[in-house]
Amino acid sequence: MTPGQLALRSLIVGFIITFAVITGFAYTTLLERKLLARLQGRIGPNRAGYIPVPTRSGKPRRFLGGIMQPAADAVKLFFKEDITPAKVDRWVYTLAPMLAVIPAILILAVIPWAGEITILGQTFSPYFAIAPGVNVGIVFVLAITSIGVYGVVLAGWASNSKYAVLGGIRASAQMISYELALGLTVLVPIMLADSMDLGEIVAAQKGVIDWFVFRQPLAAIIFWIGALAELQRAPFDLLEAEQELSAGYTVEYAGMRFGMFFMAEYMKMIALSAITATLFFGGYRGPFVDQVPALGFLYIGLKTFIGLCIMIWIRATLPRFRYDQLMAFGWKRMLPISVLNFVVVGIFIVLQEEGILQPLFENTLRFLGIG
Amino acid sequence: MGNPIVFGILAIIAIASALGMLLSRNAVHSALFLVLNFSTIAVLYLILNAPFIAMVQITVYAGAIMVLFLFVIMLLGAEQLRGVRGDWRGSERWQQLLAGVLTVTLLIVFAVVLFQGGGATGSGVTAVDTSPSALGLRLFEAYLLPFELTGVLLLAAMIGVVVLNKTKKRG
Repeated sequence: MTPGQLALRSLIVGFIITFAVITGFAYTTLLERKLLARLQGRIGPNRAGYIPVPTRSGKPRRFLGGIMQPAADAVKLFFKEDITPAKVDRWVYTLAPMLAVIPAILILAVIPWAGEITILGQTFSPYFAIAPGVNVGIVFVLAITSIGVYGVVLAGWASNSKYAVLGGIRASAQMISYELALGLTVLVPIMLADSMDLGEIVAAQKGVIDWFVFRQPLAAIIFWIGALAELQRAPFDLLEAEQELSAGYTVEYAGMRFGMFFMAEYMKMIALSAITATLFFGGYRGPFVDQVPALGFLYIGLKTFIGLCIMIWIRATLPRFRYDQLMAFGWKRMLPISVLNFVVVGIFIVLQEEGILQPLFENTLRFLGIG
Repeated sequence: MGNPIVFGILAIIAIASALGMLLSRNAVHSALFLVLNFSTIAVLYLILNAPFIAMVQITVYAGAIMVLFLFVIMLLGAEQLRGVRGDWRGSERWQQLLAGVLTVTLLIVFAVVLFQGGGATGSGVTAVDTSPSALGLRLFEAYLLPFELTGVLLLAAMIGVVVLNKTKKRG
């Protein structure tokens, strides 16, 4: 195929995946509200829309109550009056919600959603993604998440409000602190797979037993904590602490511009869940995926869904960090542990490649009297 | 070398954002123009077939360093320069002289490169392997000493900051 055809195909795939994830965002908000409610012993939104299931008594049972809640929310946000407060920095105030949403969409470009697959006569090789075969895929993800904080920081500054500025300052400090640990942990899957291409990282995790989470559980845990901090979700949601900052950086925003910050947050949740699945849980791989490549979409969808549920579960369970605890945890625990882990993994990989590890292991067992 | 039209558009954006950085009165606006400038440079690296350097440029410069700048500006509340006139007449005489000398030096370097034809044809640019592993090997084989020296320099700076900020324990 010519570069032009490839670009056109990427554009079409990009449109489809972006719209799928935007729909996913809408229903993730519903999932979060419903699941949080259940975890706290409430019912959650159940009025907007339902599927009537006929029963013998004649009165139909209301199945899946609240299924239209995201649509109702969207309509409400679009028709609300969009107020721009008088003393804001108008340019930056308008730019901030866009700077929040655009990185959230950009991350989707390198995530592999399925293996080599043929759809409508088009063969997607080596794997199905908007931009397949990017040899710096994981660095791209880090780059985009690192600029993703601008939306929040600038919204806080441009609002010209004390609460919002405090939220913005907290966001930037938190981002710088946790990005280091996240970047160092990402090195572990890169070293294990010997590639920065997300597709090759998935290919290195052939069976369930090869998933990097079993070879490096510590890295997976640190990555997950770092991802939660990058997403600014509970317990790291100090920048929108309702009790102290009355929702922080969003306090001066109304209507759909307010909604765009939520859109960015939930789309990033989906994207980082999918990336965690890709790096540590075998991505689109699963039983029979080599015979039926279309199963890949199902597997990564399922893994992403489980990731989202765990994020919501964590939010319902853990209390928010205090600010000094947040900084101490990031710099004094996460960073040293991830540096040590990265060094140890490097040493073991070199020992294995030099063929020293196996005899060393056997001799140790013999010395201990086991082997 | 990429398409000259793409290069032209990127060059105009880069120069315009650099000028915007220098001329805007608000420190946060200056920082934002600088972010745009760094991102444009990253795209220039991309059309030079160096994706890893482009991504690192965004992560380190447009991401980490500029977020730190914004953090400091917002923490100090130093968006507006007070007591200093916003134009070049407000600067000191030696600053103007130094800026003039630096500009002339830079222009001479540009002129030499342009007229000697050293890098203008770009014939040797695309032939280099720019994959991350090739880059790493070059860094640790051909350029090991500068790499290590940079590391030592950064470590010394970091230790210096820790020492300067260390408060003496009383009692």
